[in-house]
Amino acid sequence: MIDAAHLWLIPALPLLAAGIGALTPRSGRRLASGAAIAAMAGAFLLSCLALQRALADPAAHLYANFTWFELGDGAVRLGWLLDPLNAFMCVMVTFVSLLIFIFSLGYMKEDANFKQFFCFLSLFAAAMLGVIVANSLLLLFISWELVGVASYLLIGFWFHKPAAAAAAKKAFLTTRIGDLGFLLGLVWLYDATGSLLLFDGGHGVLESGVLGDLATQVLASGLAVPTAISLLIFCGAAGKSGQFPLHVWLPDAMEGPTPVSALIHAATMVAAGVFLVARVFPLFAADQVLAAGPLHALTVVAAIGAITALLGAVIAVAQDDLKRVLAFSTVSQLGYMMLALGVGSWVGAIFHLLTHAFFKALLFLGAGSVIHAAHHEQDIRRLGGLSRSMRTTFVTFAVGMMALAGVPFVFSGFWSKEAILHAASEWDVSHLPFYATLIGVVLTAFYMTRLLCEVFRGAPRSPAAAHAHESPRVMTIPLAVLAIGAVALGFLGTPVWPWLQSRLTGTPIPARPLLEGGGLMGLSIVLVALGLGAGWALYGRRVRLTATAPDPLAAAAPRTWAFLGDRMKFDSLYAATLVRLNAFVAALADFLDRRVWGSAVGFLARFAEFTGVVNSEFDDGALNGGFNAASEDIRRTGRAYSRAQTGETHGYLRTLAIAFVALALLVLLGGVR
Amino acid sequence: MNALPLLSLIIFVPWAGAVLLACLPRLGAPASRALALGFSLSTLALTLAALGSFDPATTGYQFVERHDWIRALHVHYHLGLDGLSLLLVLLTGLLSPLCLLASWRTVAEARFFGLLFLLLQGAALGVFLALDFFHWFIFWELSLIPAYFLIRLWGGPGAARAGYQFVIYTIGGSAFLLLGFAAIFAATGSLDFVELSSLGATGALGGKLASLGGIWPQAVFLGVFLGFAVKVPLFPFHTWLPATYAEAPTGVSMFLTGVMSKMGVYGFIRVLWPLFPGPLHAAAGPLLWFALGGVVLGAFAAMRQTDLKRMIAYSSVNHLSYCLLALFAVSVATGSSRPASEAAAAALSGTLLQVFNHGISAAALFYCAGVLESRAGGRRGLNDFGGVRSAAPVFAGLCGIALFASLGLPGLNGFVGEFLIFRGVWGLAPWAAAVACLGLFATAWFLLTFWQRVFHGPRAGAAAGPFADLSGLDFAVLVPLVALMFLLGVLPHLLTGLFNPLITSWANHLVLP
Repeated sequence: MIDAAHLWLIPALPLLAAGIGALTPRSGRRLASGAAIAAMAGAFLLSCLALQRALADPAAHLYANFTWFELGDGAVRLGWLLDPLNAFMCVMVTFVSLLIFIFSLGYMKEDANFKQFFCFLSLFAAAMLGVIVANSLLLLFISWELVGVASYLLIGFWFHKPAAAAAAKKAFLTTRIGDLGFLLGLVWLYDATGSLLLFDGGHGVLESGVLGDLATQVLASGLAVPTAISLLIFCGAAGKSGQFPLHVWLPDAMEGPTPVSALIHAATMVAAGVFLVARVFPLFAADQVLAAGPLHALTVVAAIGAITALLGAVIAVAQDDLKRVLAFSTVSQLGYMMLALGVGSWVGAIFHLLTHAFFKALLFLGAGSVIHAAHHEQDIRRLGGLSRSMRTTFVTFAVGMMALAGVPFVFSGFWSKEAILHAASEWDVSHLPFYATLIGVVLTAFYMTRLLCEVFRGAPRSPAAAHAHESPRVMTIPLAVLAIGAVALGFLGTPVWPWLQSRLTGTPIPARPLLEGGGLMGLSIVLVALGLGAGWALYGRRVRLTATAPDPLAAAAPRTWAFLGDRMKFDSLYAATLVRLNAFVAALADFLDRRVWGSAVGFLARFAEFTGVVNSEFDDGALNGGFNAASEDIRRTGRAYSRAQTGETHGYLRTLAIAFVALALLVLLGGVR
Repeated sequence: MNALPLLSLIIFVPWAGAVLLACLPRLGAPASRALALGFSLSTLALTLAALGSFDPATTGYQFVERHDWIRALHVHYHLGLDGLSLLLVLLTGLLSPLCLLASWRTVAEARFFGLLFLLLQGAALGVFLALDFFHWFIFWELSLIPAYFLIRLWGGPGAARAGYQFVIYTIGGSAFLLLGFAAIFAATGSLDFVELSSLGATGALGGKLASLGGIWPQAVFLGVFLGFAVKVPLFPFHTWLPATYAEAPTGVSMFLTGVMSKMGVYGFIRVLWPLFPGPLHAAAGPLLWFALGGVVLGAFAAMRQTDLKRMIAYSSVNHLSYCLLALFAVSVATGSSRPASEAAAAALSGTLLQVFNHGISAAALFYCAGVLESRAGGRRGLNDFGGVRSAAPVFAGLCGIALFASLGLPGLNGFVGEFLIFRGVWGLAPWAAAVACLGLFATAWFLLTFWQRVFHGPRAGAAAGPFADLSGLDFAVLVPLVALMFLLGVLPHLLTGLFNPLITSWANHLVLP
């Protein structure tokens, strides 16, 4: 039986594998990949044991804290936490990662930097697991940043491609903007409560005593302190989870190898933001007791989530790149999760996070299988007809697609999305997020149908697609396993048997009959059918014949299509504003240095030089006439010597020395201000 | 105590080495290098010996040597070591041999180089250990002379001008310092830092200075302040720095940024703050803006640099400004009603960690710039390279670690100090911490730009042709630095354990006289 004190082993195993990977020579492909997969399998087993332990007493938060270093009279302490929330997360992350690692054996086979890839994958997994098992926001933040750097390395894995290098930088910097908010939130929380431990025998920041104290503090602006801290922490979550307006990095990050997209942009890194908010949910909810507050943190979370859910879905409709469709779909689905958090259903968010991890990893790996087979062709207009040549990939991809679209009853996405819709419909602050999710449901079903039809139906529209054949077993078996998960996982959290929900909260949740509130379920089924039907009508019935034929929607509304295809111009907008502002400040700082501060010093030097000349003329002429005559010989020798040896230096020394006396006088007499 | 005069040995063994090198004019280059390295390593060995019997729980000075020196002026030969000085001596001991190694092959006239370098090393150590202004100032000024010649004789094409500006600007600052202490001596009859600190703590120092005349307390404070502000440097007294660091030979740049810039921070903490708690408190509000200027504008100016060494130099301005930001924030909050000792302890610990960690990572970055420069025939522009990671993956890896350490990635050394500084400053002056975040962002931006342009993309520029990966010598310099980055990032108590009781006693006695 594993306990909280042993929990560090779960991230430590992949970290060890990363170390082994880093130190093996380039030829040590088997060692590096073997170590990575073995470590991940070990971490998976440990996670299962941890889950078993956590489920033995789901209401408890088991933790083990330790001192990192002494600071002042106190100490900076870190710790590990075990409860159903992170145990479920650990099992999911290790399991999906394991499958992705195995898939990568096939996908990356030809790559010269194969062993490095597994080293980075392991580092990434270790950091992600660190985020999950941390019982301290500081430890969480440390792991969080390591997730950032590992994703930087993975997105830019093909670093010789300028686009990949730029995408990696963009991802790191965009998420760092959010992370700085997170950092400020942390130091504020630390200052206000004296701790960053989540649970610590009544003194942790998620425990009622501390939260109660915190909720009584109100800023001069009327904003409650927990609201402000939560919103700052939310900045970090929004950056990592690709929430509007920080979502711009996620589509670019598709430059990384496809297993990376499956790992980072489906199951783990982007889910970290959702996990973070769910983890510190009591903190976000602390201001709910203040009825009079101007703003509740969760309201902002819900609003951002709703905007992101809608935005991602709309943009996904008009993407022609296989992976970009999936990327924007991820943005949209993460919006759903944030929305669920914002309306108070963190359990619903985690349920969707877990199901989404499976079906989106499945979709990305399916896309990887297609891209691998089609010689890195990922433009859906140039694919087509792959359902015949890639049977397993097609079937599993279709499963993932239906799970994402929310095809009723059989697929997991249906149940988890249903939970979110249910929670959104009951939110008493506003109904707008609920309407946004309903529109999103139609759009999701629509763009996924489009994707499936374009890639797999019709005839191949490029030589690469025509020559595609099924990927090797090492790639298709992970697809099959994920497909099973994409179906089965949903049954853990149906209204009839809300096992997952009751385990996560630690309190039994009564089962509801399936048809209670059947109106909502009926509505969502109708909407899914609408989306699927529209998609079939436009792309399935009349399949695309050539790669250059315009999209039926593009023909109908070319400008809107182009606007959406250009991702609503967010990148251009940021380039025109933020990037330019940044360049301006940099130019200003440089100008100040060269022209203002530098010139001030230069001016002082000139001024002093002038004073020096006046002074020496005065000395030479009026005072030192006799002495000068006597020392003329020495001076001549000296002058000759100085000319031969150091050029101007001698004169400079004199004038500058005097310059400083002048500077002294100037500052002293002129005062400071 | 009749034991070995350990501190004197720490200071004077490198000088003895310099004398020895001076007396052996026929010594060949390999033997000179070995001799210089050996004497340079003595600091580390002696410091580790001191570490064995150093008691961190004692907040006063240890290994004290105090002898009458010049009776007429009441001057004592007074050395002492506490957690703060120990940290800096350790840093000097670690970095100096690496700086010498960094210049191992590239430097002509190895004997003279080693001689000057040992002089510089000894002088820096003297600054960190002397407790009487008289010889402290001698060490302080003496450090400039070898530094000047090292820059002037082995530096780049602009070295004459840059070295010149460096020396004159710093001497200019020191002139004020000297004037200030002359006035202090006139008022109190003492030059002993320990005595003066106790006078400062009670406020008696201000009173005695006031007896000289109305403006003297302010003028003396200003003079001492200027001396240190130029040395660190505090924005906007930093304009000498980029040119100097860029033109100096690699090993000397490493020492300048790693050790000499710390002399200024040390002066702030050891001298200015204890002697003038009141005036510093009064001035700290505006000074926070100066520090923020360094943090933010320093980082943004780095973004505009195309010379990699200048870029790293600006990043040093940025990093050292965090130290001053923390110190000024502590000073602002001193004497306030709100108990802030926890935040102050965090800010001060962060400052000391930052001092040490910046020394490690900036030295490593300068070395990496030197590696690029030496492989590219003297070019070191941001746009002179491309795809170096394909050509030299091991170098890319180590340089990448140094870059990420410098931008404060957790798990590496830079993070702990910066986190503690932000945690402390937030508790003392929250708005300053918020503004300083801009500096963190800009730092990430320009360091990643450096990494992207030089290491990523297709091989281009100087990396298009043959480009050798690291040699054994390069490993000897970079591996210890990178190992320290990991070690101190994961186990910061190796350092904090040395000074935490000292910091705690400071943080718990934040009162104005």
